[in-house]
Amino acid sequence: MAFSKGYVKEKMEGFRRFMPLLRELVVRDIKVRYRHSALGLVWTVLNPLLMMVVITIVFSTLFRQNIPNFPIYYLSGSLIFAFNSESTTTALNSIISNASLIKKVYIPKYLFPLSNVLSGLVNLGFSLIAMVIVMLITGAPFHATLLLLPIPIFYTFLFSVGLGILLSAVTVFFRDIAHFYSVFILAWTYFTPIFYPVEILPDAVMKLMQINPMYHLVTYMRSIVLYGVFPSLKENLLCLCLGLLMLALGLFVFYKKQDKFVLYV
Amino acid sequence: MGSVIKVNDVSMMFNLSAEKIDSIKEYFIKAVRRELHFQEFWALRDISFTLEKGDSLGVIGLNGSGKSTLLKIVSGILKPTKGTVETCGSIAPLIELGAGFDANLSARENIYLNGAILGYSRSYMSARFDEIIEFAELQDFADTAVKNFSSGMVARLGFAIATMNVPDILIIDEILAVGDYKFQEKSFARMQEMIASGATVVFVSHSIEQVQKICKKALWLEHGRMRMLGDAEAVCGEYMRA
Repeated sequence: MAFSKGYVKEKMEGFRRFMPLLRELVVRDIKVRYRHSALGLVWTVLNPLLMMVVITIVFSTLFRQNIPNFPIYYLSGSLIFAFNSESTTTALNSIISNASLIKKVYIPKYLFPLSNVLSGLVNLGFSLIAMVIVMLITGAPFHATLLLLPIPIFYTFLFSVGLGILLSAVTVFFRDIAHFYSVFILAWTYFTPIFYPVEILPDAVMKLMQINPMYHLVTYMRSIVLYGVFPSLKENLLCLCLGLLMLALGLFVFYKKQDKFVLYV
Repeated sequence: MGSVIKVNDVSMMFNLSAEKIDSIKEYFIKAVRRELHFQEFWALRDISFTLEKGDSLGVIGLNGSGKSTLLKIVSGILKPTKGTVETCGSIAPLIELGAGFDANLSARENIYLNGAILGYSRSYMSARFDEIIEFAELQDFADTAVKNFSSGMVARLGFAIATMNVPDILIIDEILAVGDYKFQEKSFARMQEMIASGATVVFVSHSIEQVQKICKKALWLEHGRMRMLGDAEAVCGEYMRA
């Protein structure tokens, strides 16, 4: 049965039918997040900007690391990382928090985690404005490779959707994941070279770093934004495969378990 | 005319004790102690029926006889343990009014959200917007957050959205008891209108009168099994006598 022609066609039909819903869910996500805040959407730009200022002050005065153009170094890494961590953290709870809907109406359930990652993507788009502002202020060069920004974002998107739907499915059955994941994200933040240069790591740790998907994605992002270099074919394939593998794993678990969600939420 | 809903030998089983295990720790402790035996509970057993276009089926039975479970299976929310359900065309489930509302959003925004849940685009909903607000009698509250609504207002809005179009299949679970007398009359009239214009209806109610009024056929469930299926008058008569 699984992936016969008719099955795929039926799924695509369903997807097209629920496109308006996906859009509404993303809009709702963004609206609810900034409701009752005076600055509203401006926060999507302001938030990374302020974070960058704090981190820059802390790390350029306290730790004195010699990273040229630290604000951009930090921003380019943290934007990609925050996109993944924020969207997967919200996606994790998406099935549970939409329980009332899942119990009463038939909706393809993957729409919930997917909409969370998409609203994270919209957020990332706004945050990139913050990065451009900082680049203008610090007088950083604008490389032609900046035009390739959609590529690392696409890879990260694949990865985040995969991880998001995987987490959302598993969390339905084991709620402990929600508590564990916040700690995991913290560890992941430190294990990814966001505010330190990767060169300070000892060799043994560096080997371990290779299995951190975010390391590859963050490095990809930096070579485009900061160094004006297009990453090698090998790096491209690696990032793409990481995304696709995570997506396949997420989809596999989600589709296996989704019929049981309604009994557990 | 082809069949619109076809239910083939549907059975639904729940694991009663399985629903209590929420955490990994609990799961392992129970697994080690070998307490992971599940108590099987069959909410529905061997249900089969076919509805043609324009049919209306009333489902009656005592509490816990599986009526709501059957509706959820027909509307695709639950997947049956055994058997299959084939439906053809759009389904408007009225299982709980206002189920898809986000309490933080206004009535206006919820209309778009709920419309999207039923598969309608934004522009389509814009065209029907005034009509919905008018039917729900919420003209003065279109931009009020739904969390500040009374339960009657929420139900009215939910009903207005769900019934703005004539769907191919309408699934109704005990919702005609909402709102005041006037609104009940109005929603009852709207439903009969929908049946008249060719919608196929599955209707659950404890009110035998309503079933007799609305439905042509009736299904009597008892402990998840079909006790009787047939003409509404006949089944209701038997049911009242039992």
